[in-house]
Amino acid sequence: MNKNPTWKYLVLLLIVAFGVIYATPNLYQAEPGVQIIGLRNAVVDTNTLETAKRVLEGAGLDVKQITLENGKIRARLTSEEAQNTARDVLRDKLDDSFAVAAADLPTTPNWLESLGGAPMYLGLDLRGGVHFLMQVDMVAAEKKANDNYYEDIRKLLREESIRYSGINRQENGAIFLRFKTEELQEQAEAAVTAANPELVATILEDNGSFTMELQLTESAISEIKKAALKKNMLALRNRIDQLGVSEPVIQQQGLDRIVVQLPGVKDPSVAKEILGKTATLQIHLVDEDNAASTVTGRVPTGSKRFYYRDGQPILLKKRILFSGDNIIDASVSIDENGGPAVSITLDSKGANINSDVTGDNIGNRMAVVYVETLGETKTDSKGNARLVTKEIREVITAPVIRDQLGKRFIINGLDGQNEAKDLALLLRAGSLAAPVFIIEERTVGPSLGADNIEKGFTSVLYGFLLVLLFMIVFYRVFGMVASFALVLNLVIIVAVLSLLQATLTLPGVAGMVLTVGMAVDANVLIFERIREELQAGAAPQMSIHRGYDNAFSTIIDANLTTLIAALVLFNFGTGPIQGFAITLSIGIATSMVTAIFVSRILVNLFYGGRRLDSLSI
Amino acid sequence: MQLFKKLTVINFIGLRKLALVISIALLATSFYSLSTQGLNYGIDFSGGTKLELVYEQDVSVLDMRATLASSGYPEAVVQHFGSNRDVLIRIPLSPENSDAKVSDDVIKILAASEVGSGAVRSVEFVGPTFGKELFEKGILALVYALIGVMIYVAFRFEWKFSLGSVVALIHDVIITIGLFSILQLEFTLPVLAALLAVIGYSLNDTIVVFDRIRENFRKLRETDTEETMNVSINQTLPRTILTSLTTLLVLVALYFYGGDALNGFAATLIIGVLIGTYSSIFVASPTVLMLGAKAEDLLVELVEKEGADQPEHPYRP
Repeated sequence: MNKNPTWKYLVLLLIVAFGVIYATPNLYQAEPGVQIIGLRNAVVDTNTLETAKRVLEGAGLDVKQITLENGKIRARLTSEEAQNTARDVLRDKLDDSFAVAAADLPTTPNWLESLGGAPMYLGLDLRGGVHFLMQVDMVAAEKKANDNYYEDIRKLLREESIRYSGINRQENGAIFLRFKTEELQEQAEAAVTAANPELVATILEDNGSFTMELQLTESAISEIKKAALKKNMLALRNRIDQLGVSEPVIQQQGLDRIVVQLPGVKDPSVAKEILGKTATLQIHLVDEDNAASTVTGRVPTGSKRFYYRDGQPILLKKRILFSGDNIIDASVSIDENGGPAVSITLDSKGANINSDVTGDNIGNRMAVVYVETLGETKTDSKGNARLVTKEIREVITAPVIRDQLGKRFIINGLDGQNEAKDLALLLRAGSLAAPVFIIEERTVGPSLGADNIEKGFTSVLYGFLLVLLFMIVFYRVFGMVASFALVLNLVIIVAVLSLLQATLTLPGVAGMVLTVGMAVDANVLIFERIREELQAGAAPQMSIHRGYDNAFSTIIDANLTTLIAALVLFNFGTGPIQGFAITLSIGIATSMVTAIFVSRILVNLFYGGRRLDSLSI
Repeated sequence: MQLFKKLTVINFIGLRKLALVISIALLATSFYSLSTQGLNYGIDFSGGTKLELVYEQDVSVLDMRATLASSGYPEAVVQHFGSNRDVLIRIPLSPENSDAKVSDDVIKILAASEVGSGAVRSVEFVGPTFGKELFEKGILALVYALIGVMIYVAFRFEWKFSLGSVVALIHDVIITIGLFSILQLEFTLPVLAALLAVIGYSLNDTIVVFDRIRENFRKLRETDTEETMNVSINQTLPRTILTSLTTLLVLVALYFYGGDALNGFAATLIIGVLIGTYSSIFVASPTVLMLGAKAEDLLVELVEKEGADQPEHPYRP
């Protein structure tokens, strides 16, 4: 009785092998290194590799290994100090099209890597870094789209020579049009809806005059929102790449939120500054004809008074020639006087406009306006938050056009090297389609991350040892069996977490500790059953058999209900809490295997198939 | 080592009136405290900014408070945590200070002052509506977990048992939250997660007892429900206590060695495990009894199981 068939040993062997193989990568500590990736169209190739090698050698750094794989260059270094130096010299020597990031590179041996082994993926609370949850201002995205339609429709009606007697914007974003005759109204409706099928026209009754309201359809609005979110994610991704962060996470959450995680970033203020900025440029012509009313007086229609940074006014034509959206590249340079400047490359549309306009306006001035949307969260008396946005428009420079310009030009008049750097970065990365604001930030400094790992590890260790001791005192040989099952359980949890590359967070570690405490429950249930059987006078072998059998359905019931709670937790949770739910769920699943299946094999191995007078329980 | 040399014969169900009084007293105290002083919400739910700074030398929180107060943050709370070199700054949400820039601003102000800004250990910011949203989602999660459990138990047992287990769980959750209110412990996101784990744990205990009741309904046909429940609770008592002990052992380790971040989490579970153990003995089964559960309620679903023909359990009253 209670003998193990051979297949059980094989399965046990497989389980142990699985646990050991996939848990092992965690024993290899990551080493400091740097990583180089190409931005936009730049490709990291062997030339870059050679350059990087030269730069690192030139800086007198001891490079353990440098490789080019999957479009990434990774250099392994000997110390954190060397890592920082390497990052700085590479950033300095390589041009803007490459991003250099400090990265802690795994040292998993090749044979383990070839089996798919990798160390656990640590959450930001353990490795240090910045977590942002960003809300995309969809009201602004919708408004911006409506603004574009407003301009488009005016242009369209002008081109089609359909005269309207009034056009304005409604509160709800709709465009309101008034016509003299019904015929004009019908023509307009046909023209507008033909050109913009996503607009719905509603004819309104208005005392004899013919009016029409144009609104976006629900599906068009949701498309606009989706597109805004996508564009924002892309812009954020570009900006983060420019910052040089290894393994950033940029994820959509819900319909209007973006999660950004930047492991290893120590100063959140820089990241916040760059990520949240909605800065762009707009190019206007200077209204030279009405220069008289620059400072005071009536501003002619079609023109608008702008101000330089120092507050000096200038009159510009309202029409935007082209904007940041037409810029495909921007880099820091210096102007002829040695001042900071940004050199700009335009796309073909921008280049055409630029060459037409500058060709026609030699001798006139062209103004570069810096536009930045500042968002600030304000709470009203009821505690409701809303984003208040303020647009800053400043004329940076308004040089006289001397020649016809084309694809490239230079902007000077900037406020120092840093501003030139930031502006170039933002222009390169593309603008945000809608303002974003941070609704949650969690920054964990590197010292706290290391602290958390140590504390988490210590509490797992102590909790674990206490439970082992407890089990051995209470159940002797059976306690040792349970202890082995528990050790194996912990190894398997680590192995599964490593294999799934699920994020391990500090609450996740707590989940592991809790699992250790609860996993023995199955064994306690079984062992108490065996004791009951023994007390009832059953023979030892029979007691073992019945103990395992009778406890089985209870264990399943008890664990499944806990699993329900864990799954709810996973669904509701944010990052760290999900980490807890994950380890708890994995722990529940694996503990059933180790506590029932594995412990039974061991008990059979000890006691099975022979006459027994008593059990050490 | 054995907890009890032989099967205990404690009349737990007979104590149900006393248990009812105790439970109602605990619940009433919890409700009273919750309605008068409420919960001490952490910034996860209240929103605001929390910074931990570490300095190389001792610093004065009074100076820092004065610096911040004169620079537009009169409501800043500055205190030491751990040692005199570690400083914790909290800035509640206010109409002027409700975005993520507050932390940068505070660091700038301190950097410009004599104290300096030290090394940033952690920064947390939760925006105004987001805190509320997290709280609502958390409460919803508790409700969903309870509904999920109710369905599962109703499916595996019967509705009276399902109701009994959920009553016990709600009892545990309310008293645990009540204790947080009475002691004014900080109520944070990890605490809420721990509450869900408490539900899982307490239920685990209750299910084990219910399973035994079901088994004994079948074995002890002559015995009435009250007696069967008593036998079942007594039979599972060693297991109930031992599992609570092993769980408490690891939680104590977590409480003392897990650091500040896990303190509240461990505390919640310690309280929850204690109350959950109590409720699975004194609340769940008595509720099922009061709902009028009988052996017949469960017998219909039962198919003869392996071992069902074994001799009756020698239960000696």
